[in-house]
Amino acid sequence: MKQQLENIESEAIKETSSCDSIKGLDDLRVKFLGKKGELTAILKQMGKLSAEERPVIGQLANKIRQDIENVITEKMNELKEKEQAAKIAAESIDITLPGKPQSLGKLHPLSIVENEIKEIFMGMGFSVADGPEVEYDYYNFEALNLPPDHPARDTQDTFYITDNILLRTQTSSVQVHVMENQKPPIRIISPGRVYRSDAVDATHSPIFHQIEGLVVDKGITMADLKGTLETLMKKLYGDDCKIRLRPHHFPFTEPSCEVDISCYMCGGKGCSVCKGEGYIELLGAGMVHPKVLAGCGIDTEIYSGFAFGLGLERMVTARYDISDMRLLYENDLRFLEQF
Amino acid sequence: MNLSMKWLSDYVDLKDTDIKSFCHEMTMSGSKVEGYEKEGEEISNVVIGKLLSVVPHENSDHLVVCQVEVGKEQPIQIVTGAPNVKAGDIVPVALDGSTLPGGVKIKKGKLRGVESNGMLCSLGELGLTLHDFPYAIEDGIFIIEEDCKIGEDIHTALGLDDTSVEFEITSNRPDCLSVTGLAREASATFNVPLNIPEPKFSGIDGDINEMLKVNIANTEKCKRYCAGIVKNVKIEPSPRWMRERLRASGVRPINNFVDITNYVMLEYGQPMHAFDLRYVEGAEINVRNAVNGEKITTLDGVERELTDEMLVIADKSKPVAVAGVMGGEYSGIMDDTTTVVFESAYFEPVQVRRTAKKLGMRSDASARYEKGVDPLISMVCLNRAFELVEKLGAGEVVRTVIDCDYTDKTLKTVEFSPEWINNFLGTDISEADMVKYLNMLGFSVEDGKVVSPSFRIDIEYKADIAEEVARIYGYNNIPSSAFRGVAEAEYTPEQKFKRKVQNNIAALGCYEIATFSFVSPKHFDKIRLAADSPLRNVERITNPLGEDTSVMRTTTIPSMLEILSRNYNNRNETAKLFEISKEYIPTTPDKLPLEPDRLTIGMYGGNVDFYELKGIVDTLLGSVGVKECEYVRAADSDAFGEACAFHPGRSAVILKDGKAIGILGEIHPETAANYEIGVKTYVAKLNIPEMFELAETDISYKPLPKFPATTRDLSLICDDALPAGDIEKTIKKAAGKLLEKVTLFDVYKGKQIAEGKKSISYSISMRSHDGTLTDEQADSVMKKVLKALEAIGAELRM
Repeated sequence: MKQQLENIESEAIKETSSCDSIKGLDDLRVKFLGKKGELTAILKQMGKLSAEERPVIGQLANKIRQDIENVITEKMNELKEKEQAAKIAAESIDITLPGKPQSLGKLHPLSIVENEIKEIFMGMGFSVADGPEVEYDYYNFEALNLPPDHPARDTQDTFYITDNILLRTQTSSVQVHVMENQKPPIRIISPGRVYRSDAVDATHSPIFHQIEGLVVDKGITMADLKGTLETLMKKLYGDDCKIRLRPHHFPFTEPSCEVDISCYMCGGKGCSVCKGEGYIELLGAGMVHPKVLAGCGIDTEIYSGFAFGLGLERMVTARYDISDMRLLYENDLRFLEQF
Repeated sequence: MNLSMKWLSDYVDLKDTDIKSFCHEMTMSGSKVEGYEKEGEEISNVVIGKLLSVVPHENSDHLVVCQVEVGKEQPIQIVTGAPNVKAGDIVPVALDGSTLPGGVKIKKGKLRGVESNGMLCSLGELGLTLHDFPYAIEDGIFIIEEDCKIGEDIHTALGLDDTSVEFEITSNRPDCLSVTGLAREASATFNVPLNIPEPKFSGIDGDINEMLKVNIANTEKCKRYCAGIVKNVKIEPSPRWMRERLRASGVRPINNFVDITNYVMLEYGQPMHAFDLRYVEGAEINVRNAVNGEKITTLDGVERELTDEMLVIADKSKPVAVAGVMGGEYSGIMDDTTTVVFESAYFEPVQVRRTAKKLGMRSDASARYEKGVDPLISMVCLNRAFELVEKLGAGEVVRTVIDCDYTDKTLKTVEFSPEWINNFLGTDISEADMVKYLNMLGFSVEDGKVVSPSFRIDIEYKADIAEEVARIYGYNNIPSSAFRGVAEAEYTPEQKFKRKVQNNIAALGCYEIATFSFVSPKHFDKIRLAADSPLRNVERITNPLGEDTSVMRTTTIPSMLEILSRNYNNRNETAKLFEISKEYIPTTPDKLPLEPDRLTIGMYGGNVDFYELKGIVDTLLGSVGVKECEYVRAADSDAFGEACAFHPGRSAVILKDGKAIGILGEIHPETAANYEIGVKTYVAKLNIPEMFELAETDISYKPLPKFPATTRDLSLICDDALPAGDIEKTIKKAAGKLLEKVTLFDVYKGKQIAEGKKSISYSISMRSHDGTLTDEQADSVMKKVLKALEAIGAELRM
């Protein structure tokens, strides 16, 4: 009987090692270890053995059962691994084929830059104020120290609706609304559309966008204006960006300045973008004119302030190297998709 | 303002400053330089030559061969075709390898077999005109009559060595529209002394009052009128130095008297006029308002009708000049003028500005008067004109003058507080430095006050003084600081809502566009608006660039259609676009319009259809808290005037809580055709303020269900015309509280379904929060639903 058991074991090991399918292994398991299998058949004859032999054979039989089980399981794992590897190999795909297109739109470059500038200013404690585009002469001109017959009105070709109502030529009009409705401290920006009667060409548009800034508080200085603009420009154009203030004249600020930034192309060495200047004119600014403050009921002995106006289109065309401003308003998808 | 650097050097010594740093420093101290031009910069290697001999060319009957002395050991030979040269003439000679204006290069060569070593030049070839050298001729070689040396460089010989600097002078600084004004700025900028001599003349005896009367009728508008007389005048071209300076300043030389008036204007910023006394009838000058309808033909030959708001210079019977703007036809100097009257006056700025604007006539004089000239300088300038007359030997100056003076001589003062200035600028400038800067600019400081010079019409406040100090100190020497104080900033709820709408609609696949707020009124026809549509009531621009941009839009839809059309015609196959922008809705006359924000969505191409658009709109609305909207046929609603732009069977008005918040649908084929869009086009317009108002922003968590849902599918047959919205509403109402969700999953028409009918299928999900629903409970709900559906004509499909 011992011999029989050992024969079964060697036969099982032999057959298992030559088996190459999971199904075959399952069959072998039934053949050798199943209820009607060979090992069971032999064990059924155990009753015929002597009391001395029975535990010895029983022990052997259990060991052999375990051995066969182990061999089959081991082989089974091996085959399963192989099968899995083959399946994975077969499932390999061309990962360079394009992904399935999803539809995600984009914001207009004017919005992208406007939103960015708004975020920067909000981080500096500026709120966003809105004001009307169709505006009274008073808010656009008179309250900004541009009375009727002021020669500086010539520099802003204005669209009129009536003698008294016009399309605002500057977001500075919002300054007056804000100061009329809010006591200092005031810290706002006001982005929006402005209108000037310029024919459309590569650098002009009768409609464009400005972002006005206004700060009024006790002890506001021109150095504060400079610091604020420096922070903005560094955030927009990088830490290497330098600004330069040039005296200028705006009726609603005194002192007034134009602000240049070091050329983002050449860093100030002089190139075709800055026309050899090393600097690019970017915005107008100044200390709020005492007449404007007083006109809005703000005591100029206690308060002072600064204001600035950025041209959004200019920042957008500069940022994206767009040579023709008309592209912004043509809205061709092939253009819009690039931002 | 174009500044001659040679002229400037009369008043300030800037020998050690090169032109580039001059321009830079002037710009940085407030006189912005636009550019500069070196005269004759394009000319090189051109010298003065003397023709030794002129002989006919052996092979040509129109060419001549010249031997020209050019200051070298040997004369050179040049062939020319010009007919006006003869031996002994002094001419400009472009040598071999020279350059001329316009990039012309001259090289030696052979002309019809005869060697030519350069070119004799005409005025034009040197970039000059008859105004520069009135004695020359235009067609031919420039025969030079100047005092010059053979071989001398053309630049020095003809005075082509000046540099003209172009300044952009802002409207607050009319004093800088003059050489002396810019000299003062340069003096302060470079810290060099300024030297403007007092004009002096000797004159002849005579009482002007016997020759001329001046009467000012309106002393408000004409605060000063100085007049003087020059007798026995000789009208001729002015000397070269004067012509050169005028030329460098961009002014055309005419004759000595006209040139003198222009010269003084450029020098001091004071416009002057010269009358021929013969044409001043009655020898009297009346400064008065014009009479309505009175006419004058101005120097430019145009007859102009005047009104009584305008100020004129009139003689006994008629206006001879529009005060401060332009002289009359016969007021000027002629070749046979013998007695000249000089006018140096102060006219009130607004008066001049209004008159010039009304007459559509701007002159160098009016440009200065309307910004404000120095009210105290009139007499100085008259004296300067006299000085120049004597210097030029142009006539005899009558020593006595007429001076009608109504000016206020008090100089403006402003409190001087160095501490305030430093606090305002954020600087630490010493008082001594401030005083020095101010003095150099012509201000005096006394008793804690800054006294402003009469030419500085722009000084009024302490801030004005701070600016003067700052710009000479240097704006870029002001430190940078971060201002103090804390401010809280956040978007308003409306601004946040708008940002969310903008981001979400982009996330739904739409690209943002930006369009003009003004449009052509033709768009109203293109979108098929009725003639009496309220949308045609617009804010109209009185001075538009053109009809295409003449009215403020009352609807954003045409702007969207225009951009869709452009993309379609640019062959972009599909487009999904949006814009957040304003409409401009008139209110009452003389009041501002409303400017509500609109979201406009537009699309064509690909799989786009009504339901795609509706899906996008619904998803967007849901994402910003505008849930459970109702859709009604646009044709049945009068909420949107633009409904006529849409296909009546494929458009809807969106209602939220009964309020119309938007319109959407397929664009009417006729509208699409009007915009030249050849495919089906879909547009939606949503009113952002209404959306904001109706949006539910409070979200409160509902516990996740503990018990499973029971789902029943329901296939119905009904008339095709029965709207799905009605079926859904009926189901919801009949199913009651246990209903969780109704989802449409199929609509079918065709085989097996009778003509005029449709099959429509829903999945109905029910759930109780108290326990698992039994079949009986679900069946009873379905029974109620079916019964209600039968009542509206929808039956279970067998």
